[in-house]
Amino acid sequence: MTRELWKGNEAIAEAAIRAGLEAYFGYPITPQTEILEYLSRRMPELGRAFVQAEAELGAINMVYGAACAGVRVMSTSSSPGVSLMMEGLSYIAGTELPAVLVNVMRGGPGLGNIAPAQSDYNQAVHGGGHGDYKPIVLAPASVQEAIDLMVLSFDLAEKYRSICMVILDGSIGQMMEPAQMPEMKPIRRADWEWATDGRMGKRERRILTSIYLDPIEEETTNLRILSRWKAVQANEVRYKEYFLDDAEFVIVGFGTAGRVALSAVRAARQQGIRVGLLRPITVSPFPFEVIDKLAEHASAFLVTEMNAGQMLDDVRLAVRGRTPIEFYGRPGGVVPFPDEILSEVQRIAAGPLSIVSDPRDAWYERMMATAR
Amino acid sequence: MVTTAPTNLVYKRPESFTVTPTHYCPGCTHGVAHRLVAEVLEEMDLVDRTIGVASVGCSVFTYNYFDTDFVEAPHGRAPAMATGIKRVLPDRIVFTYQGDGDLASIGMGEIVHAAARGENITVIFINNANYGMTGGQMAPTTLPGMKTTSSPLGRDVETQGHPIRMSEMLATLDGTGYVVRRSMHDPKNIRLAKKAIRLAFETQVRGLGFSLVELLSTCPTNWGMTPVQALKFVEEHMVPAFPLGDYKVATGVAQVKV
Repeated sequence: MTRELWKGNEAIAEAAIRAGLEAYFGYPITPQTEILEYLSRRMPELGRAFVQAEAELGAINMVYGAACAGVRVMSTSSSPGVSLMMEGLSYIAGTELPAVLVNVMRGGPGLGNIAPAQSDYNQAVHGGGHGDYKPIVLAPASVQEAIDLMVLSFDLAEKYRSICMVILDGSIGQMMEPAQMPEMKPIRRADWEWATDGRMGKRERRILTSIYLDPIEEETTNLRILSRWKAVQANEVRYKEYFLDDAEFVIVGFGTAGRVALSAVRAARQQGIRVGLLRPITVSPFPFEVIDKLAEHASAFLVTEMNAGQMLDDVRLAVRGRTPIEFYGRPGGVVPFPDEILSEVQRIAAGPLSIVSDPRDAWYERMMATAR
Repeated sequence: MVTTAPTNLVYKRPESFTVTPTHYCPGCTHGVAHRLVAEVLEEMDLVDRTIGVASVGCSVFTYNYFDTDFVEAPHGRAPAMATGIKRVLPDRIVFTYQGDGDLASIGMGEIVHAAARGENITVIFINNANYGMTGGQMAPTTLPGMKTTSSPLGRDVETQGHPIRMSEMLATLDGTGYVVRRSMHDPKNIRLAKKAIRLAFETQVRGLGFSLVELLSTCPTNWGMTPVQALKFVEEHMVPAFPLGDYKVATGVAQVKV
């Protein structure tokens, strides 16, 4: 297939359709509304289910219902809308169902703004809803990658009976890039052994619920959810490495922050600084082992994010105090320029660095000094 | 166990009921309502293709009693879950079973919009004027002056608002095909309730839109009454506040003979 010019949000919608999306439920919110709009036309034209819900609460519970029926279903939203969905996500996790959710993140907290941000990393990666569970979280850095990860998200959700979230920001959602769509997959209804799609003369009744009044039974359920998560951690870690073979300094950044960092890496390389980039694609499961290995040889890490240091904590967990870590973040919907990250790389390369200081505190001091 | 000779059998457990000891309190009319739904599903030969949606409240374990597929919704969200199921499985019969706290308070948005969209689902709405499972707090349907654990001096409409009449309100929406209120306080009304439940499912089978049967019900435990007193309370106090009647019967439904 040829490459075409696709807008991120529309590409996500079409990719989901080609992956076999059978039902979509959503609510308008910038900067993801084009996904809803696109599907409002495409889904009915293909004879598939589309409902614009009364709110994100309704949307995620429609997803919950369709997931119980065993079909490929998704919703999409942006930060405040995803917060509203947390109740439903926890129930979906507790009922052990596959479901896909796209979060085109914006600056927060609160109503925030509609500018590109990565402020929901913690919410996404650590579950967000109540109770013990972790969703699979994929973070594309381009329109093409968003397409590819949409297709993957349904497979992963079904394989592990898990929520799979795709988190990106408004810049990827809104920009156009040349990209290649996958072939249209026919709708394939798997005969799940758990789906409540009616007995239909074939079997005993089935019940899907997330209530286990007996604590021992709930504990067993929690451990079963955890065992699937352990399989996810063992099999599904995905990341991209750039210039890491001989890297003295390692940048870690996901999504747009990772993409901007790559430009800084290229510029730094031209100046002879041996810096590389690790861009996690699955931010959950997080590539702990890869960073653990890199920490054996790297002189320092630089974590770049479009927030005030959320993934930073996971990098610190992986590095375990062995190597200095620096942080550079732009929260609130500010997208860093490659030059900003380049100056950070130059500062780090010039040294000296310490493993004693808290990278977020040090960054905060530098930010405040610039502001003054 | 005493078995009854088939010739003398005049009353038995519907086939679509599982053999499960009830968890409802003595004198609670949930069990009767469950039975009516089970009888209707059986009479209409729908058991095999029905998917129930339980709610949060005393009826959270509704799914234990029906021999159909069942899911358990978050508090108030049953109509949204039912929407998700029905939209992807339009040939299945989907019903929700919700109390008044679930449907008329936390789930107000979901029920109104499911009705407005004309979702082809059936809602069994149990109105017993309080939150039963959490121990009898004030609900949106609690009568003025009625004492509950969260309106200990009696519901003061000046500060705690007025009861909401859901059937009347939902009947104003064009998406509804059948919306009626019945009562569970005596055999005659129970028979009328069953007929209404039948018509509600007939509405869904014919694709005539959203159907809801509101059932005025008892909660003797939380009302602090004997079962008989509770039935009297429904008749004397709830029926006047929530008048029985057909609030919406679409033309197509009116022609259905049962």
